[in-house]
Amino acid sequence: MKFITAVIKPFKLDEVREALSEIGVQGITVTEVKGFGRQKGHTELYRGAEYVIDFLPKVKLEVAVSEKLAKKVVEAITKSALTGKIGDGKIFVMNLDQVQRIRTGETGDDAL
Amino acid sequence: MKKLFSKLGMVGLLSFLLLGFSQIGMSNEVFDLSNGTILLADNHAAVEAPAEAVEVPALDTGDTAWMIIATILVIVMAIPGLALFYGGLVRSKNMLSVLMQVFVTFSLMSVLWVVYGYSLAFTEGPYNTWIGGLGAAFLGGISGDSISGTIPEYVFVTFQLTFAALTPALIVGGFAERIKFSGMLVFLSLWLTVVYLPICHMVWGGGLISSWGAIDFAGGTVVHINAGVAALVLAICLGKRLGYGKEVMAPHNMPMTMIGASLLWAGWFGFNVGSELAADSTAGLVMINTQVAAAAGVLGWITMEWMARGKPSMLGGASGAISGLVAITPACAAVGPMGAIVLGFIASIIAYWACTSLKKSLGYDDSLDVFGIHGVAGMVGAVSLAILMAPQFGGVGYDEGVTMMSQFVVQAKSVGFTIIWCGVISFVLFKIVDATVGLRVSEEDERAGLDTTSHGETAYHS
Repeated sequence: MKFITAVIKPFKLDEVREALSEIGVQGITVTEVKGFGRQKGHTELYRGAEYVIDFLPKVKLEVAVSEKLAKKVVEAITKSALTGKIGDGKIFVMNLDQVQRIRTGETGDDAL
Repeated sequence: MKKLFSKLGMVGLLSFLLLGFSQIGMSNEVFDLSNGTILLADNHAAVEAPAEAVEVPALDTGDTAWMIIATILVIVMAIPGLALFYGGLVRSKNMLSVLMQVFVTFSLMSVLWVVYGYSLAFTEGPYNTWIGGLGAAFLGGISGDSISGTIPEYVFVTFQLTFAALTPALIVGGFAERIKFSGMLVFLSLWLTVVYLPICHMVWGGGLISSWGAIDFAGGTVVHINAGVAALVLAICLGKRLGYGKEVMAPHNMPMTMIGASLLWAGWFGFNVGSELAADSTAGLVMINTQVAAAAGVLGWITMEWMARGKPSMLGGASGAISGLVAITPACAAVGPMGAIVLGFIASIIAYWACTSLKKSLGYDDSLDVFGIHGVAGMVGAVSLAILMAPQFGGVGYDEGVTMMSQFVVQAKSVGFTIIWCGVISFVLFKIVDATVGLRVSEEDERAGLDTTSHGETAYHS
């Protein structure tokens, strides 16, 4: 099993969710986050005071999938979150040791 | 030690108030009611409308209705207008502290005004050049039948009360985010007594500045230069906020600042038009001037921003409106509408320069730019009205024997006098209050924010 974390542009969230549903992903977790990368921040000016805002708002989504679906998930996110401009985000793929569904006690692929 | 002093100060203030109330009955008996009333009414008539001085004062219901509304408009300017304008500009951890500072200052000054403020500002006294007398302390000698001009004296007292309560509240912007609440109340009470009341008397109560022939229709010197200079003195004496210039101190809620600025704008009609003390033809001139000066102020400020930074900002628009309104305040019954547009536009540009370049080069931390906007635009308005009131610029023209140059000199003199009076006394008051009650919160409290440390509550829960 794989645990996939993606940081994307906030306005791309709906497209990414649709793309993931289409390939059979059953659920994702979404968090509003802030961070910095190569996109850099922007400056804000209030009367004479200039502030560099380093941290930009992004959306982080987390999804746990079976081994065979992992590649398709990465492809789907890459395709749907793409704008071609700097700041599109990143996808991190990690091995996942165990999953357990709390209600039924199912484990492994059955719990995904 | 300082805590002890602040407790003592509170006790002193309370006992003073109690003592005063116990004397109300006495002062009413001692005071010859009818004489007092006539004396006061004559005094106002002489100051406000010399031509009507010989007429028997009669109440005008239209004027009275308008002045009651105008008074309420000025209250709306202060709370919530000014409070929201300032509140939106600070960081969220200090939001309630600024609202409280404006709210409580406005309340405390209102009480002090009826205890002794009105009397010292608007009655005749032994040192009439500088300050009025105590004859109408606790509003002694004034009754529901007393008339000032064409309105009940109580209405006049309340209208002027709002000015005296608003001006100290304006200063809050200079020391926001680091002031100790108790120290602030003591400082502003003293400031009202020895800075505002004398200047108010000298300009509107028949004292020194009015005897020079200075024009200050609605409070350029009394309100705005006074507040601006005091804010500058306190900002410098108190020192910068922790992290100033390093940490992000961006406004936490610009929409609130916009609402506040808009309420100030609307309330300003009570302030300026109300200063005519009547619903007459001059009131119409003041009204149009107030509106177009504010509008031109917005355009002036955002033009500068757009050229210098490439983007016009909401805060720029709001700041420009206030700058234009401040500048037209002393001049609103002297210039014409075109002159008001020119004045609002230019004052706004100069205030922009003061809030950006001047502030940066001098390095003081006037938190919310009270000096840059109220002080500077107030000075521009007070001085340049001497030029713009000329008939060829659409103004009302000069009194007999007065030239543009002589009026200009008088205006500059009144501005200079106010700056020195307010600057020096504010500095001395700062030293006294700082050494006794203390005026700055601890470093720890400042970092945590004044909402929780001074008031025990937070503005937002999420």
